[in-house]
Order: sequence, then C-alpha cells, then structure tokens
Amino acid sequence: MVIKILNMILTVVAGVGAALVVYWILNKLAELLPGRWENRLKPYLYILPAVAAIALYILYPAIQTIVYSFANAQSTQFVGLKNYSKLLSSAGFQQTLVTTLVWLIVAPLAAVLLGLLVATLVDKLRPGSEKVAKTIVFFPMAISAVGAGTVWRLIYAYAPAGQPQVGIQNALVTALGFDPVAWLSIRTAYLNTLLLIVMFLWLQVGFSMVLLSAAIKGVPTETVEAGRVDGASERQIFRRIMIPQIMPTVVTVYVTVLIGVLKLFDVVYVMTNGNFNTNVLATEFYNQLSTNFNNGYAAAIVVLMIIAVVPVMIFQVRQFRLEEANR
Amino acid sequence: MTSTVQPAGTVATEPEPTKGARGAGTAEAAPAHWTIKAAVIVICFFWIVPVFGTIVTSFRNENDANNSGWWTALNPANWSGFTFSNYHDAIVNAQLGQAFINSLAIALPATFIPLLIAAFAGYAFTFMQFPGRNLMFLGIVSLLVVPNFVAVVPLLQLYGKLGISGTFPSVWLFHIGFGMSLAVYLLRSYMATLPRSLIESASIDGASHYQTFYRLVLPMSTPVLAAFAIFQFLWTWNDLFVALVFIGPGDNAPLTVSVKNNLIGQQGQGWNLVTAGGIITMVVPIIIFLAMQRYFVRGLTAGSVKG
Repeated sequence: MVIKILNMILTVVAGVGAALVVYWILNKLAELLPGRWENRLKPYLYILPAVAAIALYILYPAIQTIVYSFANAQSTQFVGLKNYSKLLSSAGFQQTLVTTLVWLIVAPLAAVLLGLLVATLVDKLRPGSEKVAKTIVFFPMAISAVGAGTVWRLIYAYAPAGQPQVGIQNALVTALGFDPVAWLSIRTAYLNTLLLIVMFLWLQVGFSMVLLSAAIKGVPTETVEAGRVDGASERQIFRRIMIPQIMPTVVTVYVTVLIGVLKLFDVVYVMTNGNFNTNVLATEFYNQLSTNFNNGYAAAIVVLMIIAVVPVMIFQVRQFRLEEANR
Repeated sequence: MTSTVQPAGTVATEPEPTKGARGAGTAEAAPAHWTIKAAVIVICFFWIVPVFGTIVTSFRNENDANNSGWWTALNPANWSGFTFSNYHDAIVNAQLGQAFINSLAIALPATFIPLLIAAFAGYAFTFMQFPGRNLMFLGIVSLLVVPNFVAVVPLLQLYGKLGISGTFPSVWLFHIGFGMSLAVYLLRSYMATLPRSLIESASIDGASHYQTFYRLVLPMSTPVLAAFAIFQFLWTWNDLFVALVFIGPGDNAPLTVSVKNNLIGQQGQGWNLVTAGGIITMVVPIIIFLAMQRYFVRGLTAGSVKG
C-alpha cells in the first residue's frame, strides 16, 4: 500500500513535470525557427497536446463507434442496419426506451420546479439562514450515486409483513396499517422508476437551486419595485416580472438536467441494475457491452444517444457565438 | 455524481450579482413569514434525514441494524448498541482501505495532469492569433455534450492491443481525454475576462509567450484552475462507469466499484456494513465540498457540461 501511495505521488509530480518539460521543449523548438515561422507555429504547439487528447478520446472513438454500429457483435463483419432494426423491434429495448422517456419527461421538469421553489423560498430568509439551507440542499451534489445508493436503498428497504421494517418508508406504511411494499420492484405506473427519480432529485435539485437562486438575485430591484408601485400582487410580480427575467437560466438548467438524464447510468445500476422495467439507455449499453459482449448493439445505442444530443450541440455553438459577439 | 451538461451561454455570465441587483435576502426588510420558514425547515429535513439515518446505521451493531429501524437507536436506552467495528470491517474485510488508496491514485493524476495541458491551450486560444482558431474552438465547444460512452468500445479494443487494460493509466488517460474539452473551454472563458492591456504591455516589454503565460496568466487564473480541479477531482472520485469498464473489481478497484461489488451487490452483507461503506465513499467529497464550496459552485455552473 505504501508503494501505491508513493507511486501515486510520483505520478502526479512526474505527470505535471513531464507536461511542463514537453511545453518547454516545444517552446524552445519554436524559438529556433526564424522569427516569422516561430510566431506562426507556436500557437499550434501550445494547443497540440490538448487537441491531440480530444482527438484521441472523442473524435476518433466517435467515428469508430459509428462504424461499429453497422458491424456484428465482434466488429468483424458489416451487417448494415441490422443492429438498429433488431434493437428497435425488440420488446425489451422498446421498454428501455419508454422508461428512458419517463425519466426525460419527469426528472428535468421536476428538478427545475423544485429548484425554483427552494430558491424562491430561501431567498426570503435572512442571509445566514439562507446559506445554511442552501448548503443542506446542495451537498448531495458532491457525493457519488454509489454513496447515495447506500442511503436510498436503506430508505426503500423491504422486509415481508410481520417482520420489523428497517426502511423508513415501509415503517411509515406499516405504521399506518398497510402491508409493506417492495418498492423497487413495483413496475405498475413506473412507480419504481419514479422512486429512482426521487433519489435523483435529492442529488440534483441543489444544482438547479444554486443556478436559479443566482438568477433570482440578479433581477434588478427597480423592476420589482416598479411592479409594486403599480399595485401588482406578489404572485403577479413573480409570474410577470421575475419569471421572464430568469427564463434563460431556467432553459439552461432544464437542458443541463435533460442531457444528464439521457446519460444517466449509476443511479439505476446501483439501485436496481435495470431490473423490473427500470432499464434505461445507459444501463442497456453497459449490459450489451459487458454481459452480452455485443459491440454492435452497444455502439448502436451510443449512436442513438449522439443523435439525441445533436440539437443540444447546435444550441451550444449558437449560444457561444452569441456570447462572443456580445463580448 | 451524475454528470450533466449545460449550454455554453452561462459560463461567463454566471452568478455574480450585478449592480442594482437584489442581493442577498429580501428587498423588503420585513422578516420572512412563518409559513416560509416552516416550508424551508421541512425541505431541509427531507434532505438531511436520509443521510442522518445512514450515519446512525453505520454505527449500529449488525443485529440491531438488520432487525430494527435506525430511529429506534435514537432512544438513549438503546445507545449501548453503538459500535465502531463496522468501519473496521468495511476498511479491512471488505477491502475499502485498499480501494480508498486506489480512488486517490486514480483521481489525483486525472485531476492535475489535464490542468496544465488545458491551461496552455486556453492561453493560445485566448491570446494568440492563428488561422483556424475560432473553428477549432467551436469544435471543442460542440464536443462538450458528447456522452463518454462514445469512447468505450474503441478504447477497450485499443487498450487491449496496448496491453494496458485494468491499469490506472488506462483510466487516467480516459479522464484526461474526456475532461480536456471542458477544461479548455472553462479556462478560455475565464482568460478572456483577464485585462488584455496587461498581457499586451507584457509583450511590449519583451516577455515571450511562455513567460507571459507562466508569470502572468497562470497565477491570475487560480480561481478557475481551482474550480476545474475540484470539479474534475469529484468527478473522477465519484465515477463508477469508467472504473467499472476499464478496471473492474479486483486489486485496483476504486471505492465506488468496491462498495458496489463487495457490499451492495453481495447478499447477506448487513445494513451496518453497507452504510459504513457508503459513508466512507462520501467523506472526502463532502469535506472538499464544505471547504471549497465557493469554487465548487463556479466549477459546477460551468463544469457540469462534461460528457
């Protein structure tokens, strides 16, 4: 173990040191060139390692994955669109798509609404209490889904009727005189998926709360005061004055959580491993990859995800251009 | 942590309340209505109780933890059932001590190596003129939301050929590659707000780009470097997927994989051990979060972009 720790420290030092040396050498090389060429070449040398990392880890694999999605399980032979047609026509995958859709519809909207609720409520408190309340709602953002999984598996824990209930949710249900429920296996009305979304919200609402709270504080006082002078009620002020001004942030938070949900893996994997109709795209991808060893299906699922994020990529680039134009 | 994405627009225009903004607290000085206070207390209660129950359970003996709810342990008559042995068992028997070191060995290099690389690129994209600059940067921006699943199949094959599957470097490289677009984007956004005149005067005084970068821009970028470092550290520390795919269970497994496989996944491991394991995974991120909340917020608002 000591060796591992030493190794780790050495790696950090060596890694950062090596990066510095590489840049120093690149810089020196550029300086050897005649003046004009030096200035032409230097920017490319500065961005080379970063661009190389991105090319190796995103661009090359993305292209490769698209190619694999048209090939068989071992990536040895092209099969055309067979992976896609088989996936999309299988009942299991259709179920996975529907569950993913439930997540996409419910989770981002709920995260925005709850975040907005908490942000407006704490905004009315004194600064000290506001900070404490925000920290409490925000801290789960820092912990892993595995850590949160231990917390929420305990909450949803189930023991047969008659036995003592360890999970608080079943303890409440039995205290009210009902039978205990195996929460995570109830697929009726996607109850188990909705309970996973509750856990997700516990992890994620802090994020939307922090962004929306900042937006609310950015609303100029004069606009709110002007509304009051004109006799608007608090509700009208919120709906007609605040909401329009924080709308860009609301959209940002919504899109952010939406993309996060599309890629969501660990919450589902840790809690149910995709059983009982809780399977989503990312857990299905993992299944195809490491249980079925089917590279073709796995790649096809990723391609479907990429297609789903393309609109966001375009939106992102547009936003960036707007921002640059305003700079 | 569930990684999320955010459109580009918000990074530079983030939280700092603007002049004439409402600032903290309400515009009207009146204290908040009691219903609002009550609502906030209820909300905080919902956020705190789950973790509180987990902490309590992690200190109960096996028999108590598996046969009664943690709330019964709050009765002082039952306090004799508390024990520290769960942590000993989790760290030694379930090998979480080893996994803790592995998590550090994965997260630290994966955090610090990309910083410098991204800083150089950020500097070039901000302060140097060259053909293709904007196009390349737009490319980086558009790649921010690409899910990291995209790299898995090709890299598994590449790693297999190189013979580095299951090693720490395979995961470092993955995190470095996938953190890079975010890091470059974040650093450039920040550097673009530095006073241009200062950098120009440095070059008039004869400083080379290397000197300007090293002496001027790097120290001035500390807040954003800290923000990225915190975000990347938490991301790699909390990561389950990449570790599962490229390392898997075994001697090199980090905490997330070990807790999932050795505790959650094993039938018959008591709640006392499962919760102790959960708490062990949370300690480091929560300390970092509480100590550096300010930087964390900045990194998060921009940083949640990552695939």
